[in-house]
Amino acid sequence: MQRKYFQPEIETMSADWIKRVQDEKLVKQVRYVYDNVEYYRHLMDEKGVKPEDIHGIDDLHKLPFLKKDDLREAYPYGLLATDMKNCVRIQSTSGTTGKRVVAFYTQHDVDLWEDCCARALVAAGCTNEDVCQVCYGYGLFTGGAGLHGGSHKVGSLTLPMSSGNTDRQIQFMMDLESTILCCTPSYAAYIGETLKEKGYKPEDNKLKAGIFGAEPWTEEMRRDIEKSLGIKAYDIYGLTELSGPGVAFECEEQTGMHINEDHFIAEIIDPDTGEVLPLGTKGELVFTSLDKEAFPLLRYRTRDICVLSREKCSCGRTFVKMTKPLGRSDDMMIIRGVNVFPSQIEAVLLNNGYAPNYQIIVDRVNNTDTFDINVEMKSEDFSDTPKGITNKEKELQGAMKTMLGINPKIHLVPPKSIERSEGKAVRVIDKRKRLGINV
Amino acid sequence: MAVKQLSIFVENKEGKLVTITDSIANANIDIRAMSVADTQDFGIFRLIVTDPEKAKTALESSGCFVSITQVVGVSIPDVPGSLAKVVNILARHNINIEYMYAFITVSKKNASVVLRVADNDAAEKILVENGVKLLEEKDVIEM
Repeated sequence: MQRKYFQPEIETMSADWIKRVQDEKLVKQVRYVYDNVEYYRHLMDEKGVKPEDIHGIDDLHKLPFLKKDDLREAYPYGLLATDMKNCVRIQSTSGTTGKRVVAFYTQHDVDLWEDCCARALVAAGCTNEDVCQVCYGYGLFTGGAGLHGGSHKVGSLTLPMSSGNTDRQIQFMMDLESTILCCTPSYAAYIGETLKEKGYKPEDNKLKAGIFGAEPWTEEMRRDIEKSLGIKAYDIYGLTELSGPGVAFECEEQTGMHINEDHFIAEIIDPDTGEVLPLGTKGELVFTSLDKEAFPLLRYRTRDICVLSREKCSCGRTFVKMTKPLGRSDDMMIIRGVNVFPSQIEAVLLNNGYAPNYQIIVDRVNNTDTFDINVEMKSEDFSDTPKGITNKEKELQGAMKTMLGINPKIHLVPPKSIERSEGKAVRVIDKRKRLGINV
Repeated sequence: MAVKQLSIFVENKEGKLVTITDSIANANIDIRAMSVADTQDFGIFRLIVTDPEKAKTALESSGCFVSITQVVGVSIPDVPGSLAKVVNILARHNINIEYMYAFITVSKKNASVVLRVADNDAAEKILVENGVKLLEEKDVIEM
């Protein structure tokens, strides 16, 4: 049965109602956190804020921020707000940027998370007659579990494929006639390429839509995926800390992702001053959970840079929309006028089978930015002629260009030759700074 | 039958070549033949040595990135036309030579050449059928 919304009464409620719901839930959530999470109680006490000072979302700015470092410091139980016996699930971040963060869920928390994913699936046209192929990784990573749960809620036939084994993915896709594909955008692109290599045309598969997230991707990449698979490609956003994918999702308009405002309040702040910025301004995205039991987070700084908009959406949903994250607040570079984030480069490397150990060197020569990336080659790529290596460099350069929009020069270097550091690795060497250029 | 060649990745940086030559010298290994393939950023230093496995271990322990490739070695009379004969045989049989280089060691009667082709076995079979003497590991050591 085709339907437009998973929970229409919530997804299309008026702006006034959204505010009323958020006001009410926020007051409760702040009291709950203050009473149950010692770590955050200390932060509030330090700032001189009491739960009774918070009467609604207009008082939100009074609350202290939580940062990723707080989550690491409080690891593993420091931010848990309920007794462990009430929890039914743990999920975890990949830990690529440092210590892992673990998040806890009660059954209520799992339900609200899966509702969010179901909303995303229905927005992409998923019904109980669809076959939903989930090839996000299953396990600690939230991608697989989230879309899997969402697909169950919608009532579609769920194919719990997990990631990898592309031949098998394609066999199931063809034999069982999958109609909805859920995976990372880079994997979707890879499946598209592999289908082509095997001689399939885009119209040979039964797919109609895909929900792609968990890594940065560009509009150009969206168009490529849509063309190669013959589908409409939808973006989805989320963080393990807040639940997982589905915190925000795209509708058919494809002009940003609706944030599930009945569960999360979004703010945009100036990453340097912490000042709250008005709608339409670019800044760091901050989330406050509204009805989580196990792992509630107040004013959690995502480090993702984006813009919020409350312009009327043709899909009828009233939830505020966020742009695709433009990157992380703390490591953005501007090279030849283009925003470049190390996370994008890391994603390309991982997708192409390289170790995420790299070094970016930016300089300015004759008034032009130079952009070089040293990448450790795979042992099997080295033999006795330069041709093998230069071909791999070109291939990787093409993949980088697709993701970043500008061409870096790739230098493959021997495995394990890039220095590894104990803490945060030095990934970026920006030599322009010595020239006094503000970057 | 094929001869083992060391291929060493050399970054275009000061001191990189010294590391390589020093570690081979310190391991007391003789170099029999060598060639360099270079690009703007890096080179590949190819060596035929008396003990390739030992040389590989020594190079790796000093941080070098090394791979071993099988190549064809031939010993031909040191007279005009010898190399032409070998190249002609291969050309007639559609075997392409990716690269080739000569041994440093010179005897009065013979010259030795390394040939890199896609299919060593096919090349060796044809060369032997046409009376060309192939080099073996022991020939490399005894030179």
